[in-house]
Amino acid sequence: MPITVSLLAYLVSSVCCIMALRGLSGPETARGGLLFGIIGMALAVLTTLMLPGVQSYGLIALGIAIGGLIGAVIAKKIEMTALPQLVAAFHSLVGLAAVLIAAAAFKNPEAYGISEGNGGEIHLGSLIEMSLGVAIGAVTFTGSLIAFGKLQGIVTGKPVVFRGQHFLNALLGLGLVALIVLLCLSGSPLFFWSIIGVSLLLGILMIIPIGGADMPVIVSMLNSYSGWAAAGIGFTLQNNLLIIVGALVGASGAILSYIMCKGMNRSFFNVILGGFGGETATAAAGAQGDRHVKVGSAEDAAFILKNASSVIIVPGYGMAVAQAQHALREMADHLKSEGVKVRYAIHPVAGRMPGHMNVLLAEASVPYEDVLELEEINRDFSQTDVAFVIGANDITNPAAKKDPSSPIYGMPVFDVESAGTVLFIKRSLGSGYAGIDNELFFYDNTMMLLGDAKKMCEGIIKAFEH
Amino acid sequence: MTDNQKLIEQAAAVASSAEGLSSQASDLALQISTAMAADASGGTPFFVMGLTVFVLACFVGYYVVWRVTPALHSPLMAITNAISSVIIVGALIAAGPVEISPSKWMGFAAIILASVNIFGGFIVTRRMLQMFSKKKK
Repeated sequence: MPITVSLLAYLVSSVCCIMALRGLSGPETARGGLLFGIIGMALAVLTTLMLPGVQSYGLIALGIAIGGLIGAVIAKKIEMTALPQLVAAFHSLVGLAAVLIAAAAFKNPEAYGISEGNGGEIHLGSLIEMSLGVAIGAVTFTGSLIAFGKLQGIVTGKPVVFRGQHFLNALLGLGLVALIVLLCLSGSPLFFWSIIGVSLLLGILMIIPIGGADMPVIVSMLNSYSGWAAAGIGFTLQNNLLIIVGALVGASGAILSYIMCKGMNRSFFNVILGGFGGETATAAAGAQGDRHVKVGSAEDAAFILKNASSVIIVPGYGMAVAQAQHALREMADHLKSEGVKVRYAIHPVAGRMPGHMNVLLAEASVPYEDVLELEEINRDFSQTDVAFVIGANDITNPAAKKDPSSPIYGMPVFDVESAGTVLFIKRSLGSGYAGIDNELFFYDNTMMLLGDAKKMCEGIIKAFEH
Repeated sequence: MTDNQKLIEQAAAVASSAEGLSSQASDLALQISTAMAADASGGTPFFVMGLTVFVLACFVGYYVVWRVTPALHSPLMAITNAISSVIIVGALIAAGPVEISPSKWMGFAAIILASVNIFGGFIVTRRMLQMFSKKKK
């Protein structure tokens, strides 16, 4: 295949990848988008296989078969609650693959046409691009592994902080820059491997101080990094397809991180510096005192819900932990058959990754028209009879609006307290994920339903049937 | 007379050498111009071209991703994950040569990793998208 044709094929492939993201603007067009993505990827692989230097088809087919099989089995078996871990694990693979490819290009630059003649030195520009690609790839690899460990519960979800942490990270960052400069000056393999080593260490140290509550931002950020790594490799291989797709993925991850940060009213740097959610737990616990809390049973809740004309359900990650989404949807179906208007309100940071709650509700066959975002529904609470909070806490905390001393002050929250009645399912009266006390529990129109979210929903359904 | 003839001969010799010089100069000019033309078409560093593409693609990504509905942010992450594995292109080139070398094995390992991602990413995206259904009538 002449080089022009393969370049044009790569261009078509890039357009397919753009169309894939474009399709996600709505659930109806999303499946078409997915098809575009698959076509784009297949075209990219086939075009590369036809390049003159690519000949060992047996080995390549074996690699794709092994990887494809592993990927397919994992993707088919994974629980939707474990989606964030899966995505983090996948990001680490992209990072490692980027490191391997850059290393392969470093050892055998002639194959990529980036050196002076046969066995000559690698171009200076290629060295810079290569070292950037390999550094971002290595940070993505270990960073994602730590994020995976935290989400899976292998590594502690609490922020790991120690003295001089930021200083050490800054030192490593500067060391990395120095190593890249040294590599460009000398081209010595020693510096190349050192860059990989330092970047791997930096990836671990960057993610370890970040608490579990901030994982949605981190997973999106690593998504972005995997894109930048791909773009870096694209510069090294002088391939526009990789640059375009890398830039798309990088932009996507960056936007998602921004949305997540805004949902928590935190700056990106505040999240990156870490340590949030560890020290506040003890400070807030004293304020609880002996204020009055109204506690109700499943029967009470069923009575209130039945007599309502409109209900907004506010789900949080606790719902997914209790696997209550199916029972919840059944409960909502009962209410709908009684003519009650039921809607769901999703906070941007509900769940452990962007859009996680929407997927969990969709899995429980909640129609997506009933699921609304924060800005779409927040005004409707004042005209709603019942706000039903299940497995959420901090995203309903009025302190975010009233108490400037609260760590979550300024974070956008649902105005659940303006609904007629707030039904709040919770395991105990403890504080939320961010370790902050919720004064909503003590409001007059709040009724606490203490217990497991799934059992409570089932109890309410049972009470409906009697 | 002989002096005159000599002068004419000398003038002719100067003229011919001047002619040779001018033709050499034009040759040189031609060489320079072809060299410059080569530099302009194939010789520009890829970096500038690549950077142009990169910056424009960032803008495309920015506008496309803001249009993605928040409900589909999880599928967005899964699909971007899958398509970022387009770096398999680099892995294929590394694993491509017939001769056995460390590069080839690194390429092979990268092919496996990227394939896990491509298949896993697309399949999990499909699973998610299939769940998003409209109201039953």
